[in-house]
Amino acid sequence: MSIKDEMNRKEHFRKAVWETPFHPRTSALNSVNEWHRWKDYTTADVFFDTALEYAAIRNACAVFDLTPMTKHLITGPDALAFLNRLVTRDVAKIKPGRVGYCVWCDDNGQVIDDGTVFHLREGVFRLCSQERQLDWLSRSAHGFDVKIVEDTHEVAALALQGPTSCAVLKAIGCAGAEMMKPFDIRYFPFAGSELMVSRTGFTGDLGYELWIDPPRALELWDALFDKGENHGIRPMGTHALEVARIEAGFIAAQVDFHCANQAIMLDRSRSPFELDLGRLVDFSKPNFNGRRALLEEKKKGSRFRFVRLDVEGNKPARSAYIYDKDKNVVGTVTSAEWSPSAKANIAYASMHMPWGRPDDELWAEIYYQRELKWSRVMARCRVVEGVFWDPPRRRATPAADF
Amino acid sequence: MTDRDRIVVIGGGHNGLVCAAFLARAGREVIVLEAAAQVGGAAVTREFTKGFRASGCAHLSYLLDAGIARDLKLASHGLKWARTGLKTVALASAGDHLVLDGGKLESGTLSESDRAALAAYHAQMLRFARVLAKQHNRQPPRLGGGGRSDFMGAAKLGLDIRLLGRDSMREFLRIAGINIYDVLEEKFESPLLQGALALDAVLGANLGPRSNNSILALLHRLSGQSNGNNGFSLPEGGMGAIGEAMAAAARAAGATIRTGSPVARITLEGDVVSGVELENGEKIAARTVVSNADPARTLLSLLGARHLETGFVHRVRHIRMKGMAAKLHLALDALPAFARLPAELAGERLLISPDLVYLEHAFDHAKYGQCSPEPALEITIPSVHDKTLAPAGKHVLSAIVQYAPHDPRASGDGPRRELLEHTLGVLERHAPGLRRQIVGSELLLPADIERVFRITGGHWHHGELALDQMMMVRPVPGAAQYAMPVTGLFLCGAGCHPGGGVMGAAGRNAANAVLATERAA
Ligand SMILES: Cc1cc2nc3c(=O)[nH]c(=O)nc-3n(C[C@H](O)[C@H](O)[C@H](O)COP(=O)(O)OP(=O)(O)OC[C@H]3O[C@@H](n4cnc5c(N)ncnc54)[C@H](O)[C@@H]3O)c2cc1C
Repeated sequence: MSIKDEMNRKEHFRKAVWETPFHPRTSALNSVNEWHRWKDYTTADVFFDTALEYAAIRNACAVFDLTPMTKHLITGPDALAFLNRLVTRDVAKIKPGRVGYCVWCDDNGQVIDDGTVFHLREGVFRLCSQERQLDWLSRSAHGFDVKIVEDTHEVAALALQGPTSCAVLKAIGCAGAEMMKPFDIRYFPFAGSELMVSRTGFTGDLGYELWIDPPRALELWDALFDKGENHGIRPMGTHALEVARIEAGFIAAQVDFHCANQAIMLDRSRSPFELDLGRLVDFSKPNFNGRRALLEEKKKGSRFRFVRLDVEGNKPARSAYIYDKDKNVVGTVTSAEWSPSAKANIAYASMHMPWGRPDDELWAEIYYQRELKWSRVMARCRVVEGVFWDPPRRRATPAADF
Repeated sequence: MTDRDRIVVIGGGHNGLVCAAFLARAGREVIVLEAAAQVGGAAVTREFTKGFRASGCAHLSYLLDAGIARDLKLASHGLKWARTGLKTVALASAGDHLVLDGGKLESGTLSESDRAALAAYHAQMLRFARVLAKQHNRQPPRLGGGGRSDFMGAAKLGLDIRLLGRDSMREFLRIAGINIYDVLEEKFESPLLQGALALDAVLGANLGPRSNNSILALLHRLSGQSNGNNGFSLPEGGMGAIGEAMAAAARAAGATIRTGSPVARITLEGDVVSGVELENGEKIAARTVVSNADPARTLLSLLGARHLETGFVHRVRHIRMKGMAAKLHLALDALPAFARLPAELAGERLLISPDLVYLEHAFDHAKYGQCSPEPALEITIPSVHDKTLAPAGKHVLSAIVQYAPHDPRASGDGPRRELLEHTLGVLERHAPGLRRQIVGSELLLPADIERVFRITGGHWHHGELALDQMMMVRPVPGAAQYAMPVTGLFLCGAGCHPGGGVMGAAGRNAANAVLATERAA
């Protein structure tokens, strides 16, 4: 069904923001009734308490309604060639039944968006993205025999994340789920339909994403919460996920980088190298969007450096400027949270080159309010190698029962 | 020298030939592969009726770069002129024609003030055209290039405009962005004079007199006159003679020219050009491929979008390149008699564009997918000056017919028959009895031009010549220096700076770009 038909069917002109197929359950569970808009859908910020929901991610398991994420089905004889020209990494290495994280750039090598490529079946791909991409994908399709359909609304999706997630999956009938390696895709029969499970997620923990026909959505939810009760299952909202995301080292479009095709000022966008995603750039491919510019950047050097910071104290350094010891602004914080698992005040920052080297003396300027009074602290920052939270269970296969 | 050192030029249009000649003179091994049976591209002499030959698209030479003609010794390679410095006759159906020689009225009725205004207008337009002409032989600066030559290029352009003097500069900047209709309304009283002058601003363009960019199109057309050119001229043997002489110059310098050799694709090794493959499957290795084909054909069909980046492909796909000019060729058994026009003037450049509104109306129809019911015409009867084109005593008439849409709303042969009928109607009105003199005819609509001459869209300039598609953004931003994003691939045709018309500057600039790239490597 085309987006237009779908819009008409959902009578978008009557109701601008829809409810996901899980809404009957999520709304019943949302005791604080806090929602915000995520693209076409309303989505929960929090169900009861962010700290408890976060604790479920790290100690039991938590369920997040992923349906609003933009999804595209990419098929046709040139699907692989199309994707390989689109994204910076080599999609040929993502075999059927596997998922890969990727970014795509404009001609100037600036990141338009990041997302995941699911190689669903031989030659059939799903591309999930943060932002709407149909325009860019359609533009990029010229000269390729490829069919691109945005199927955001045809797939209901949940993230099931946390140490007990595998046990819950097995309990709802996904036999052998523990053998799935990170980034594997498996299909399981479910309620007379097919449940697609991928070992993926945004929390850096053991976890899965579940994909199903919308009419089966509630059955899936009910099965999870029925079998998951003894495994500590809980619904989570975007606030809890946000803490887990930053601990896990994932960047978010429009938060940690401004999408290049929406940037007006030349210095607002970032290249993959400037987001510490150089590993996703495969120059052995003869052509992909941004290749020439990125080769040039390799030669001439980048303008920015993406760093993870451990900030002194316990006040999140949200949107803080970063200073050198001579009080020059040398960077800006893009994401910051107190990390309960790392017991650290963590942040991501975009630094002007050459700042952000391991030995640089850096200071974050943090503003905070107490009883309506604003105060400011200058907190010492340390550049951290690697991510803040990376437990072995994130990768261990077979997945353990917790 | 290995196979890989070779340079292949796709297309033997005049720009491809000029490019090949300069590269061969610089000692490179050059092969020109032309799809058609003869060289010359859109400037060829073709037999369209047994015994009658006419110039395919281009029928007048007025832009040919004198420096290129001299450097390539075109005269000693056989180029002769049947007639130079044609006058312009604005035909009036009532018979009070205006005969113009540049800014001078030779005969006909114009008010005192129109006469003075004409002289001033002509002088001023030539001065402005010279600013464009000075850019013809320069590689446009790179946008945001930041290099010294980019800066100097931009600075020179600014300086040339500045050197017009304060008042002229203001006027240049004022009119460059407006349209010929407003300018002519402002300056002249005579509708016939306005109509004729306006036709020169829209010939070959997808523009009406009220469209912006029409001033730039006019200045481009006039720019030849400040390049040491002889005004509107007819080569002996038709326009094809220019390409023949260029081909002879290229061969003399060592280039190989193969006609009947359509290229199917440009081949790559990684992201570097490795040669071409012909439609018959033959592969020719080359280190450098220079394409005289239009930018869309070269980049999207011969190379393929997948070897380029999305944004670049998007820009190439959106080059405005739909032609609106049709070409009429008539074989006549006698010299047509234009009402009240002395027979000795029948061989001049004859214009049918009686007034501005007539011309705008002609455009309106084509804008909406129909052929003009009352088209405007630029007519030449070259056989008056050149006996090689038609049997003794007989004549060929060649006319540019505006306007004809590239994608007519009606399909099949209807639009062509209709436009032929309309055009003959207009001609008959000015030259009663002409219809009975016709022994053969050919009318090429833009889609025919696309097919016969392999010009995507059938556009005169391989892409509209407009503020957003000229100089440093021609054919598209990021590719105005002849080198394409794929290493080893260059463009050399009318789609590049400085644009179309039989000039040769794009070909020579491209050759220089190829040589400069080699030096830098
Ligand atoms: C109706 C009309 C009237 C015109 N009148 C005039 C005029 O009076 N005076 C004037 O100066 N200009 C005139 N022009 C413009 C002028 O003809 C062109 O701008 C000019 O000829 C372009 O020259 P070129 O060498 O760049 O390209 P072209 O002449 O188009 O040459 C390109 C060549 O490439 C070849 N080619 C394309 N694809 C392939 C392939 N795959 N393999 C091999 N070969 C290939 C083509 O066959 C062609 O020979 C007119 C144009 C039109 C359409």
